[in-house]
Amino acid sequence: MIVGEQKPLDEIRDQISPFKKVLILGCGTCVTVCFAGGEKEVGVMASTLRMAGAVSGQEKEFLEATVKRQCEWEFLDQVAEQIASVDAVLSLGCGIGVQAIAERFPKVRVYPGLNTSFLGMPVEQGVWSARCAACGDCVLGRFAGVCPIVRCSKSLLNGPCGGSHDGVCEISPDIPCGWQLIYDRLEVLGLLDTLEEIVPPKDWSAGMGRGGRSIVREDLKI
Amino acid sequence: MKAGSKLEQALVEGRFAVTSEIGPPKSVDAEVVRRKARLLRDHALAANITDNPTGVVRMASIACGLMALQEGMEPIVQVTCRDRNRMAIQSDLLGAAAMGIKNVLCLTGDHPSLGNHPQSKPVFDLDSLQLTQMVRNMRDEKQFQNGEELNPEPRLFVGAVENPFGHPLQFRSVRLAKKVNAGADFIQTQLIFNIKRFREWMQEVRDRGIHERVYILAGVGPIRSAGAARFMRDRVPGMDVPEEVVQRMAGVERNEARKEGIKICVETIQELREMEGIAGIHIMALEWEEAVGEIVETAGLKPLPMRLAASVSPER
Repeated sequence: MIVGEQKPLDEIRDQISPFKKVLILGCGTCVTVCFAGGEKEVGVMASTLRMAGAVSGQEKEFLEATVKRQCEWEFLDQVAEQIASVDAVLSLGCGIGVQAIAERFPKVRVYPGLNTSFLGMPVEQGVWSARCAACGDCVLGRFAGVCPIVRCSKSLLNGPCGGSHDGVCEISPDIPCGWQLIYDRLEVLGLLDTLEEIVPPKDWSAGMGRGGRSIVREDLKI
Repeated sequence: MKAGSKLEQALVEGRFAVTSEIGPPKSVDAEVVRRKARLLRDHALAANITDNPTGVVRMASIACGLMALQEGMEPIVQVTCRDRNRMAIQSDLLGAAAMGIKNVLCLTGDHPSLGNHPQSKPVFDLDSLQLTQMVRNMRDEKQFQNGEELNPEPRLFVGAVENPFGHPLQFRSVRLAKKVNAGADFIQTQLIFNIKRFREWMQEVRDRGIHERVYILAGVGPIRSAGAARFMRDRVPGMDVPEEVVQRMAGVERNEARKEGIKICVETIQELREMEGIAGIHIMALEWEEAVGEIVETAGLKPLPMRLAASVSPER
């Protein structure tokens, strides 16, 4: 899932400071599951902003709504009237949600309430961890299901570097060495010999840095 | 000869080679490089020029390499994957070779988060294995990384590094073999203080026959103080400084510490020299270049082959 966390309150207030009437729009999918931008967080955010507004003597109105998925226009259309009635939308969805609103409602001012952090999963209560870089050219098959692009700080395909020590990365004792994880998995599977092969340079063109990438499935088009 | 550098020549002829290291300045002060080159040129065959070590921005390694060359010190230009992609690295290498640089050392590079611009975007388009292979192919296959023809090609003696103390330990000799397969002509190792572990690694290296396919230069360096020993033990990624070394440094008077550091270094060199498969020594003095001459002389590594004539003009 997409994992995000709320921006600092000061930054949120700065962004929406010129507006009197703001819709705080949550999303019922990924950011609900990671407790960053679901219905509950929308409520808390609205109360916080109302209180902050009252303390500073500003007259502001905050509407609240949460759609099932901000990243699909048909769900956004369900709150079109509310969106049309405000000066700005504060989205508690991920970056995709913010952009979906901007594209669907060209005249609406929309601001992000979250920082979209990574594609990942919960690993324990209250802890989420990155698992995928959406590089567009999956190498998990070669590395026994552990992603070197995300789990290794240097995204090495022929690791580990010399900084791997006691299972942790050179940049922080809190970050497991992705290559130790790969090594351990391959050892369990009896596949360590596959590491003797030199993995060629990656085709990064399938991933970032190409403007808006798109997937077109002719079989699904109407 | 692949590149015809002094370093390659010495290694091919079976002479025990000594290389050292020059850290570029954090400014445009060229005299820093020139002074270090003059200090080292009678004690080492060639000197590494580090490439933004520990992720701290310093003068470009190729530019410093050219200054070293002008001072009569053969450079080994370090190239890391941290801040340049395959395009920038190739174009830099063409320039370096055109200006007369003949040795390169291919490294992954420290992560930017450890350096002085921690907010910068880490590149790591290639890793050190892929970099090594790319440089070898530029030379031997006359090919750019994309397969396009490269003519005339850069004649570079290709070095790589290995850390026998990195984890997982049992993979370290395998990774060395990979670097040799990728095209490394010579290897410099991480600083050796844990000689016992180094022996084990060298045994694995010999068992795999890797020492017959590559020149291995063992990394050493003098410790300046007990504090420096502790710092390296606790704070420098990939370093293995055993307790007895720290104790030895702590056990001498403060004003005797430097002497003790040099003594430990010389003893290490003597042990390494006896090991089968060690082709030379790489002395990393880390801003204590003055010590290198004493180390080389005390360890009996002289005489060195003739140094380069000063003011070497660019080739081609």
